[in-house]
Amino acid sequence: MISPASSSSAATLGNDRRYEILSGDNLGTQLLEVSMGPHHPSTHGVFRMDVVLDGEVVKELKPVFGYLHRNHEQLAERMSYLASMPFTDRLDYFCSMTNNWAYASAVEKLAGIKVPERAEYIRVILAELTRLINHTALIGFLINDLGALGTPLLYAFREREKLLDIFEGLSGSRMMYNYMRFGGCRVDLSEPLLRKIHDMVDHFPYFLDEYEKLLTDNEIILARSQGVGVLSPELAVNASVTGPMLRAAGINYDIRKVDRYGIYDRFDFRVPLGVRGDVYDRYYVRVLEMRESLKILRQALRDLPPGPFITPDVKLRNFKPPAGEAYGRIEAPKGELGFYLISDGSAQPYRYHVRAPSFINLTILEDMCLGQKVADAVIVLGSVDIVLGEVDR
Amino acid sequence: MSFLKTDPEYRFDYASNVAGVDWLPKISGGPAAGTPSSPPPQDSEPPNAAANPTPTTPGYLEVVYHLYSMELKHGPIALRCRTQDRVNTELPSITPLYRGAEFQEREIYDLYGIRFAGHHDLRRILMWDEFKDYPMRKDYRQPDDFEWEPTPHEDVLERAKTHYTGSPSVKGDSGEEGVSR
Repeated sequence: MISPASSSSAATLGNDRRYEILSGDNLGTQLLEVSMGPHHPSTHGVFRMDVVLDGEVVKELKPVFGYLHRNHEQLAERMSYLASMPFTDRLDYFCSMTNNWAYASAVEKLAGIKVPERAEYIRVILAELTRLINHTALIGFLINDLGALGTPLLYAFREREKLLDIFEGLSGSRMMYNYMRFGGCRVDLSEPLLRKIHDMVDHFPYFLDEYEKLLTDNEIILARSQGVGVLSPELAVNASVTGPMLRAAGINYDIRKVDRYGIYDRFDFRVPLGVRGDVYDRYYVRVLEMRESLKILRQALRDLPPGPFITPDVKLRNFKPPAGEAYGRIEAPKGELGFYLISDGSAQPYRYHVRAPSFINLTILEDMCLGQKVADAVIVLGSVDIVLGEVDR
Repeated sequence: MSFLKTDPEYRFDYASNVAGVDWLPKISGGPAAGTPSSPPPQDSEPPNAAANPTPTTPGYLEVVYHLYSMELKHGPIALRCRTQDRVNTELPSITPLYRGAEFQEREIYDLYGIRFAGHHDLRRILMWDEFKDYPMRKDYRQPDDFEWEPTPHEDVLERAKTHYTGSPSVKGDSGEEGVSR
């Protein structure tokens, strides 16, 4: 794998003339294997990239993970359906609500449970708030990876903390909500909390404007992220990439629009698409998605009907769905989050599989990083938006 | 698979979910402990338990694919592929067709032990490379010494024991007790 590059192979690197002059007269260059991580600040957790470098240029990159693997699927196969709900919080710990929802929707599909109107609205409100949390935090981290240490991340985390306060008031926990139930939600959304969410939704566009003013036209960000880590639409579809990554590559595929699960067909929103599929597009698609989320939130808060927040006829204790199988998927902030369940009629799922978006989005990390500089590989990874709790499961 | 992907009427260009399932050998007379009482209804092949009068139905591993079409926005179609039994576990890989299955097939190889022929980089992905077993199989039992690894400590202990043989102050000369501490 590692061998001194001959001058001919070095010359094929591109039409960078300086490089040719340097390596033209048999200056022996050597490939360097670097193991980035698992304790590297840019890898967002215990994640490792085995990189082979030629100077600063990435020649080969293999993601290595599994450090957080706890066999989540097997744990879930050994406990009751409801008992694995808190474990889904730990998958993608930035967006526990959408994990809860994806799991609840798969079980509801399996057992044929109807969800009352109010619960559907509450779910949409919480899922869109989760999208705001995820995208603000991610953009903060991405800019952090770009080298703007601290400041934008702190701006993002200030807003995230306000959103987490809402969730804490609702579920009692900042991040591990364990909130959804099969057929509804655990507790109702109270009036004071609704007022808080209203305030948040009113206030958030100002934050976004401020944030965009700092970042969107920033010269350094444009220089560092445009044309970096380009993902072609063909490869994106072929590699099952989902979420903002896919839409930044220009493919119009949003499960909220395609499946119209829950009550998403009642809301008026658009799907932002990128043009070039580079890191900048991935950043900007997420900003636009937040604005669309705010639109959905305003409509959902306006239309929130009274009524029960959970179906009364679901027996959550000793819950035994009929034998069968179901694949439930939703548009989580990171992409398509699906749960595949096989029931044999007992209280435990016979098979419980998580289709984790950030795990599968990592497939093409190497393709996006080849030929880029090491520093660019860092921001490409940042723009993929991984959470290791979900990658490793 | 290739037909489904390229046919203009279907265009299932997006392999969303690839999951492994382990079906244990089933005793037709009555459900044994730990085995499912009845397999779920399957649209591709009906379970042949009724047709087969032998007392046990051999187990097999199965891969379930959920394909969608991003171009035509329809789906899913669920495909199943079974291995011959739980020992001969080779299946064709769909990674040359769908890159998205690359890590998912590696995960199934890692956790179920299905060997995908034609996969260009079939290594363990979540467990460490030296790991021997396939932990998602239904008959997998976690060993007690799960994280045991040889350390120089054991050798030092051995040598220390030979040094003190015959000494009356050392009780329990079986040696096992000292190691287990």
